[in-house]
Amino acid sequence: MSLFDLRLSEVHNRLHHKDLSVSELVDASFKRIGETDERIGSFLTLNEEAARLEARKLDDNASAERGILYGLPVGVKDNMVTEGLRTTCASQFLSNYNPIYDGTAVSKLREAQSVIIGKLNMDEFAMGGSNENSAFKVTRNPWDLSRVPGGSSGGSAAAVAAGQVYYALGSDTGGSIRQPAAYCGVVGLKPTYGLVSRYGLVAFASSLDQIGPITKNVEDAAVVLQAIAGHDQRDSTSANVEIPDYLSQLTGDVKGLRIGVPKEYLGEGIDPQVKQRVMEALKQFESLGAVWEEISLPHTDYAIATYYLLASSEASSNLARFDGVRYGVRAENPDNLIDLYRRSRSEGFGPEVKRRIMLGTYALSSGYYDAYYKKAQQVRTLIKQDFDQAFEKYDIIVGPTAPTVAFPIGAQVGDPLTMYLNDICTIPVSLAGVPAISVPCGLADGMPVGLQIIGKPFDEATVLRAAHAYEESTDHHKLRAAL
Amino acid sequence: MSITVKDVEHVANLARLELTEAEKEQFTGQLNAILKYAEKLNELNTDGIEPTSHVRPMYNVMREDKVAESLPIEKVLLNAPDEEDGQFKVPAVLE
Amino acid sequence: MSILAPYETVVGLEVHVELHTKSKIFCGCSTSFGAPPNTHTCPVCLGHPGVLPVLNRQAVEYAMKAAMALNCEIAEWCKFDRKNYFYPDSPKAYQISQYDQPIGAGGWIDIEVNGKTKRIGITRLHLEEDAGKLTHIDGGLGSLVDFNRVGTPLVEIVSEPDIRSPEEAKAYLEKLRAIMLYCDVSDVKMEEGSMRCDANISLRPHGQEKFGTRAELKNMNSFRGVQRGLEYEQIRQAEILESGGEVVQETRRWDESQGKTFSMRGKEEAHDYRYFPDPDLVRLHIDQEWQSRVRASIPELPDARQARYTEQYGLPSYDAGVLTASMKLADFFEESLKYTSDAKASANWIMGDLLGYLNSNGLELDQAKVTGQGLGEMIGLIEKGTISSKIAKTVFKTMIETGKAPQTIVEEQGLVQISDEGAILAIVDKVIAANPQSVEDFRGGKDKAIGFLVGQIMKETKGKANPGLVNKMLMDRLKS
Repeated sequence: MSLFDLRLSEVHNRLHHKDLSVSELVDASFKRIGETDERIGSFLTLNEEAARLEARKLDDNASAERGILYGLPVGVKDNMVTEGLRTTCASQFLSNYNPIYDGTAVSKLREAQSVIIGKLNMDEFAMGGSNENSAFKVTRNPWDLSRVPGGSSGGSAAAVAAGQVYYALGSDTGGSIRQPAAYCGVVGLKPTYGLVSRYGLVAFASSLDQIGPITKNVEDAAVVLQAIAGHDQRDSTSANVEIPDYLSQLTGDVKGLRIGVPKEYLGEGIDPQVKQRVMEALKQFESLGAVWEEISLPHTDYAIATYYLLASSEASSNLARFDGVRYGVRAENPDNLIDLYRRSRSEGFGPEVKRRIMLGTYALSSGYYDAYYKKAQQVRTLIKQDFDQAFEKYDIIVGPTAPTVAFPIGAQVGDPLTMYLNDICTIPVSLAGVPAISVPCGLADGMPVGLQIIGKPFDEATVLRAAHAYEESTDHHKLRAAL
Repeated sequence: MSITVKDVEHVANLARLELTEAEKEQFTGQLNAILKYAEKLNELNTDGIEPTSHVRPMYNVMREDKVAESLPIEKVLLNAPDEEDGQFKVPAVLE
Repeated sequence: MSILAPYETVVGLEVHVELHTKSKIFCGCSTSFGAPPNTHTCPVCLGHPGVLPVLNRQAVEYAMKAAMALNCEIAEWCKFDRKNYFYPDSPKAYQISQYDQPIGAGGWIDIEVNGKTKRIGITRLHLEEDAGKLTHIDGGLGSLVDFNRVGTPLVEIVSEPDIRSPEEAKAYLEKLRAIMLYCDVSDVKMEEGSMRCDANISLRPHGQEKFGTRAELKNMNSFRGVQRGLEYEQIRQAEILESGGEVVQETRRWDESQGKTFSMRGKEEAHDYRYFPDPDLVRLHIDQEWQSRVRASIPELPDARQARYTEQYGLPSYDAGVLTASMKLADFFEESLKYTSDAKASANWIMGDLLGYLNSNGLELDQAKVTGQGLGEMIGLIEKGTISSKIAKTVFKTMIETGKAPQTIVEEQGLVQISDEGAILAIVDKVIAANPQSVEDFRGGKDKAIGFLVGQIMKETKGKANPGLVNKMLMDRLKS
């Protein structure tokens, strides 16, 4: 078994017993990146010099307090600001942006003494589900280089799947952690809205964005979540709740767990093989003593329209700050101020970003606010109520993460609406603000399928327990992409 | 309700985007398709339904009025595309 | 007949007041004035990617206090919205403000113009953040942005269109300023920009209910500027109407040096601010308990204090109005009354000698060294006959300049009044003996001569002789 196949806790033990040094781990990461990234394209920026220096420092300072994440190579999605390490959001506009502060999640990784290996590719400003919207490079799915890794955290999922880093941080607005995790055969957790601070996460849709871990297994996800969760005074929407010890919740016991399976997630448009894997997973849960029933989340069909109106509206305002005055790439020789704005933004943003800014600006503009933005907020209430009602009867909700496996690169370019419909199973969860994890549940056509387990607000413990029990009783998570 | 190229130009101006003729055409078609799709929300009667801005019912999150350290000027201007005398420089703003 | 005679002027004011919190409304940077450009900034107020706002509690409480002092209803629930527009002084390209749920609404204040009291409605008061400052390089070579001011908490106070003249507008602003000072929520200095005023002005024929077309005036940087700008604008509009023209609805800029307003048309675009609730902030819930706590921190306001002065001290309404126009002055007055019971005397000294001195030297009250206690004690010395009112004028000036106690000044300069009858009689006799001609004139019926003789006596005593005694004894001698 290669070093990379170990759980984080096992690597930690080896470091602890000096069977391994941090420098060896970090060197191995860069070696793996060197061998594979020309094909995969996960990384936008490598932090090589600083990471190796940091590794030596950690090795030299034997007395340091060591948590599980100590010394572990981590990759960070390029929409989380890292002081002194270029952060681009995969956008031409920020191609030269050198952050002047660290975001909270990144600070917590540094406190835990993980070693940041570099910044990971994504869809520009997290808008997209394939990484094809990156301004800089295509990221390929390690399982099949002709296919997309998913998105928007495609670089994060691909880097973990390809063994380039031990874990990664992603961000999820409408499925951007879960869907690429499913496509790349790894574990991705979107926490409850408010559990992880958004401070330092470049905002796409502020009322939906959440940072979460992408890992090889559920136990690792619990470890990483433990490190990044918690109240932050810098984020007014950060929840002031007690954080349980997630690892201790991974008991393997799901006897009597009540599972609701929304029929809307298994209806029209779902790949039959994907559906088959999900049904097998439900059988597996049954054999572990859980019970499941089909349920209805009646407003599911309205979620995508709701999401695109709300997220685009917020984005149109969030991305207005990219004006070329204080940072970013300014257009050359502007005629006047307006010309500076227009050209800097038009040259800096790609087509999908412009499309969503246009949609959001329109939806908020005079005369349309009630018809679009307010209406979508009201429907959001109905969608949230679907979940509230389901959780009165069920402990978790289970379904597919995405209706299909990863699609070929280029297959859906130019058809934004179809692309948006891929997110049917993840978007309602984001709108409701509840936690969900994607865990591998087998293959379809040789590509990984993700099982989505959705929980009650702030009940990540049950989500992780169920996911872990399932994972432990199957071998799906041990499958690796052949690179 | 259908969006025209003129609407697209107006919205692009509000958003400070400069679009090529081809982009205007493309966005007109795509925005129409997306908004037509969004019209399905009108199937739902939302009279009396509270809009959700926040999924968590939070309120009164505040900080105390304490002064914290500001940034050194080098950091403030680190990413400035153009600066002069410790200030950000832009083309002349008309008064 | 004035060109304005056929018309009624209608004015509504939008006033921005900076709240003097220590730190900014959404980050910890200092709000202090006058630091080198961009040295009071951080990632949050510079609008860097990924930053989030966290609301300053003190800013909310100052806004509540101001709203309560303006008799507004306080919203039990309110929220913050984003007002989207691009401008170099707005780092996020949106301003965090309050759109449809202001913190206060439905208030009023009373103003006094030409002896008449009038009530002006306050439509709303909301909390928002200030923008940065732009300066322009000569020759149109560019503009420079300083973000020190960005994020300073502001309240915007919108009046009803209840104001009917430039004088009323000025009185309204002065009253607003006094109330803000009483509440201690702002420095309210128009010159430093901590109070700013835009005005909507229109004319309509007397008796017409419908408002005329209005112009919005900007860039009036002083109370006088507001009054002059409105005076200019009402005549400009009247001339248009008299010549059969139509007033254009537009924004106009007041140019102080030229004394004119100029159209800003073409220089600003039609706005569509696309307000929506800021998802980075949560709602405010202002319950009764919080309201009561803030309400308790509001001091007695100028109107109440003025009424009390007329009632409790029997002061004329005018005097009470002058004294209460500034809380510092009113406090000074009340401090003096701990040391004297003669309120009218204290009021006279303050309104005459003190304000006269401050005005002619261009000073503020806190720049004068005299205290209310000093004034009270000095009035006591006059009452006791220790010094004359005339001497007191010198003493008071010294007090303003040095802050010394009146007793000390009197002793140091030997200004104690001579009330010893023997001593005065001796001087009276000496002056009579030295001025036989004046004595003759007086006895011959020229009453004026007495003045000369008194003057000579005061001169002999360096002004210290008790004037009452001098008069009495001189008359006694001359008539005997």
